[in-house]
Amino acid sequence: MGINREHVGREYRSPQPYEVTRGKIREFAEAIGDPNPIYIDTATARAAGYGDVIAPPTFPVIMGMEGMSQAVVDPELRLDFSMVVHGDQSFAYQRPLQAGDVVETVTRIADIAALGGNERLTLESEMRTAEGELVVTAVNMLVVRGAAEEAGAQGAKGQGSSA
Amino acid sequence: MTATVRYRDVEVGTEIAEQVYPVRRIDLIRYAGASGDFNPIHWNERTAKSVGLPDVIAHGMFTMAQAGRLVTDWAGDPGALVEYKVRFSAPVVVPDDDKGAEITVSGVVKEKLDDNLVRIALTARSGGAKVLARSTALVRLA
Repeated sequence: MGINREHVGREYRSPQPYEVTRGKIREFAEAIGDPNPIYIDTATARAAGYGDVIAPPTFPVIMGMEGMSQAVVDPELRLDFSMVVHGDQSFAYQRPLQAGDVVETVTRIADIAALGGNERLTLESEMRTAEGELVVTAVNMLVVRGAAEEAGAQGAKGQGSSA
Repeated sequence: MTATVRYRDVEVGTEIAEQVYPVRRIDLIRYAGASGDFNPIHWNERTAKSVGLPDVIAHGMFTMAQAGRLVTDWAGDPGALVEYKVRFSAPVVVPDDDKGAEITVSGVVKEKLDDNLVRIALTARSGGAKVLARSTALVRLA
């Protein structure tokens, strides 16, 4: 049984605003192995013209995960997370996130489509400050392997729509 | 807020030198914790194999972070990145040993646009497979 197509357009709002902190930025920068001082040293970031340390470009994945997690546990959507692999990801930045930002994320199911034996689920997330300033837009396409047929039929080659 | 690479010094075809980024199991555990993505296919071999994957695979977003670093290190300011998109065309398979896998990333300027913007085409390979396809970064240069 495939993903429930009736849910295109459904929105998931972050349960509470996400506070971007220096400590979380440092932890994330370390996890991706990026030693750029602009992520960890306030003086470096200020010298570059920012108010505080900025976050690496893929940092918004943290807020995107929050929206995705809500979709994953939404029983009406019928998503089997163990069969999910990441297909496409894009970010459009109005500016980099920086420590001190408090952002709210709204994740919308933009599209559900079959592709061979797999299904593609596209999630669009907008991250805005409490004042309504759009900071980042993220588009996340997930491939649910074997969702359009019996699970397991596609094997490892199911990852990515062009694999 | 300013890139160190100057728009006028860059031409279509200008290459960004290839970099190799290692990834071991411990990196995936750490990335799972930092990102909040605890999908077991990124740390549990049993789960990965049970869903038809050859072994544990890296988070796509970990690979995206490495390819992004190639661009931000080159541009000189991560805030110069205006748009960044990737397609995950094959998994980065990370074996359970001390070496793990390597992600080799390179880039080339594909387009010069208005407003000091350039579009970079990115390539990433691992274990002989092209792991990112049709991946681009839009960067505002000085």
